Amino acid sequence: MDLTVRWGEVHALLGENGAGKSTLMNVVYGLTRPDDGTVLFDGRPVQVSSPIDAIRLGIGMVHQHFMLIPPLTVAENVVLGHETARAGIVDVQEARREVAELARRHGLQVDPAARVADLSVGMQQRVEILKALYRGARLLVLDEPTAVLTPPEVERLFEVVHQLTKTGCAVIFITHKLAEVMAVANRITVMRRGRVVATTAPAESSPAELARLMVGRPVLLRVEKGVSHPGEPVLRMEGLVVDDDRRQVAVDGVSLEVRAGEIVGLAGVEGNGQDQLIESILGLRHPRQGRIVLGARDITHDITRRVLRAGVGHIPADRHTMGAILDLNVADNLILSDYDRPPFARGLLRQIAAVIEHAARVITAFDIRAESPEQSLGSLSGGNQQKVVVARELDSGPTVLVASQPTRGIDVGSIEFIHQQLIRRRDEGMAVLLVSSELDEILSLSDRVAVMYRGRLVAVLDGEQIESERIGLLMAGAA
Amino acid sequence: MSAATLRWARGTLLLPLVSVLLGLAVGTVAVLLSGTSPADAYWALFQGAFTNTNAFAETLVATVPYVFLGLSVAVGFRAGLFNIGGAGQLFIGGIFAAFVGYRLGGLPTVVHLPLALLAGMLGGFLWGAIPGVLKARFGAHEVITTIMLNYVAALVVDLMVNKGPMSDPRTASPQTPPMLASAQLPIIVPDSRLHLGLLLALLALPVMWFLLERTTIGFRIRAVGLNASASRAAGISVGWTMVIVMGISGALAGLAGAVQVLGVSNVLTPSLSSGVAFDAIAVALLAGSNPYGVLPAALLFGALKSGASFMQLETQVSADLISVVQAAVIVFVAAPLLVRWLFRLRSAPAAPVSIAEGGLGQTPPREGVA
Repeated sequence: MDLTVRWGEVHALLGENGAGKSTLMNVVYGLTRPDDGTVLFDGRPVQVSSPIDAIRLGIGMVHQHFMLIPPLTVAENVVLGHETARAGIVDVQEARREVAELARRHGLQVDPAARVADLSVGMQQRVEILKALYRGARLLVLDEPTAVLTPPEVERLFEVVHQLTKTGCAVIFITHKLAEVMAVANRITVMRRGRVVATTAPAESSPAELARLMVGRPVLLRVEKGVSHPGEPVLRMEGLVVDDDRRQVAVDGVSLEVRAGEIVGLAGVEGNGQDQLIESILGLRHPRQGRIVLGARDITHDITRRVLRAGVGHIPADRHTMGAILDLNVADNLILSDYDRPPFARGLLRQIAAVIEHAARVITAFDIRAESPEQSLGSLSGGNQQKVVVARELDSGPTVLVASQPTRGIDVGSIEFIHQQLIRRRDEGMAVLLVSSELDEILSLSDRVAVMYRGRLVAVLDGEQIESERIGLLMAGAA
Repeated sequence: MSAATLRWARGTLLLPLVSVLLGLAVGTVAVLLSGTSPADAYWALFQGAFTNTNAFAETLVATVPYVFLGLSVAVGFRAGLFNIGGAGQLFIGGIFAAFVGYRLGGLPTVVHLPLALLAGMLGGFLWGAIPGVLKARFGAHEVITTIMLNYVAALVVDLMVNKGPMSDPRTASPQTPPMLASAQLPIIVPDSRLHLGLLLALLALPVMWFLLERTTIGFRIRAVGLNASASRAAGISVGWTMVIVMGISGALAGLAGAVQVLGVSNVLTPSLSSGVAFDAIAVALLAGSNPYGVLPAALLFGALKSGASFMQLETQVSADLISVVQAAVIVFVAAPLLVRWLFRLRSAPAAPVSIAEGGLGQTPPREGVA
């Protein structure tokens, strides 16, 4: 495959998870060796066999997960490993001065004396960019840089990126979000299954076209769904206060209703209390105050098993750590919460035949691409693993489904399938509480949208009020 | 053999076999340094373990506790727990079994012997469950608590038999009165020390396999061991599972203690454990925590142990060579496993988990936004 990036341009690398974007960039950054082919930098063939080589050449990378030391200041983080020291003592003043100068030159406003721990995620990202620039980077690779940002922070990141290209740097912008590509890129390279399928520019293309190139077939960008016909409230939260692991208030007086036959989207930047709210519904975390009512039943203090058996389905945010057990086989994962109930167990004895039979049926019904029910879950693709989780939770016919990031990191085909399933179940009368940090997902699926900011519900929007700009501002704490 | 079977065999058998060979190689170097022919030493070791009169019977006698204790450690591993408390659980099992064995008279063997064995299991279960509860309720790491409880158990034995309530008034040495005939494990090979415990050990292997693979308890144990957070999210009580698995692990160690008292020593003394429980960690590692893998691993350790003295007699190579070989085997088999193990411990900090259903549960700290 070929990819050419010019100085002074923002080059978007677009593709689904597993299309090979990250592998390609790891080659550029010296983390992976190419089997064949060459990397040319500034017109010369170069050997990049480690990140040290890459940095020496002037290639910098900002990873999706930041590599910062929270208790240290911005300046300390930036100069780390390249400190100016006198007699073994770091010259803090000099570091601050240098970093301030660097920030000014590139139009990146940030206080060099601030502690990284006190900064917002958007500011932390700037520190990462500064780190790369401080090491002399002229080509910056940004790996999914918007995943953790609020919409206004995304806007500011775009400004920073443009500023960088004005000073002659080149930026490779890795993403799978079409709107961002259209907004920020000068040129776009689309990858699919390890190959470059097209190189184009925003002016010459359209989101629909890019989606088609990315997936290899036309894709519905909007989920087709009819009007909802909500019934009685089935899940009610009243004045919920929930602590996080550090015993700080994470959910601060949330009251919300989810009615049968509607999808309520819970929008918010990650880390604003959504996780704790969900965990308290599921009995994984006990609220300090308030009530959770399922139908006519108070489940505030119920244990997880009882909550699940009372008719709550749960798609956890992270399938690797909470949603499934990758080292167990597909069949066992499909009965993870019902392993000790008939027909899957009689007394203490597991009924393996029934487990396998059930799996075979579900695999067909949910179009899970697995060779056999006894295949380990870890050997399936991400999308199919997630389908296993979704199938497990939907197959038992819950009255309420709590779906957290149900389509994170999976292919477009699986996303479409899962979205259709959620809509279909809604139409059949299931109540859905959807938590997603992807605003697009919230917008396209939700009948109502509740916005969470710093543990509080700052707004519950309905119908015409559901509009991306407004939600974006609410997520950022404005208004 | 199909390709899949071959791949499986390579994946599971390669590391233990290579480790054993490397361990023997290290032993060879040690023998060379002592100026003896390694071939002579290993030949004597082999004769002492298998071909001399009663040698094989003695090897099997030594193998029996390794089977129970190896299973004990292995079942803990399967739940992601490292039970180093085998020695303590064995002691407490020994106390319980010995008490029943010498105090309850007038019972027929069919009642008395099973009762004594069950008492040993109960003692081990209780002693093992304590660290389980401490872990589930307070997040106390089982490695620390089980080690500490080993000392407590050893001192309890001392307290009991060293001029204590269970000591034999007819002798000055620290031991209980001998077991009543009705509580002794019968000898199954005439003119040897090989006792019925061997059959119990052979029975324990399929029982433990069945427990792990075919029962709901085993499913819980495996699920929690593979991914505790996902198990919790699916409504499995991780705390209870830890208590149960530590109890089961302790019961197996307690059974080992009971079998040694009722089948070999016939009295309970403070030297009951003598390192077997620690060797058993190596047995479980070598077995890859697979119940059936425990048998060959235990047999290997049993053979090394029983052949050692003849080797020393024949070739003047110190019986401590066995410790060298064992230690080397442990290092080789444990290095890849232990590294991964420690890594996993660090990536998932021991957070308190819910024990009482409905009790205060805490989710393990999750990665927040950077």
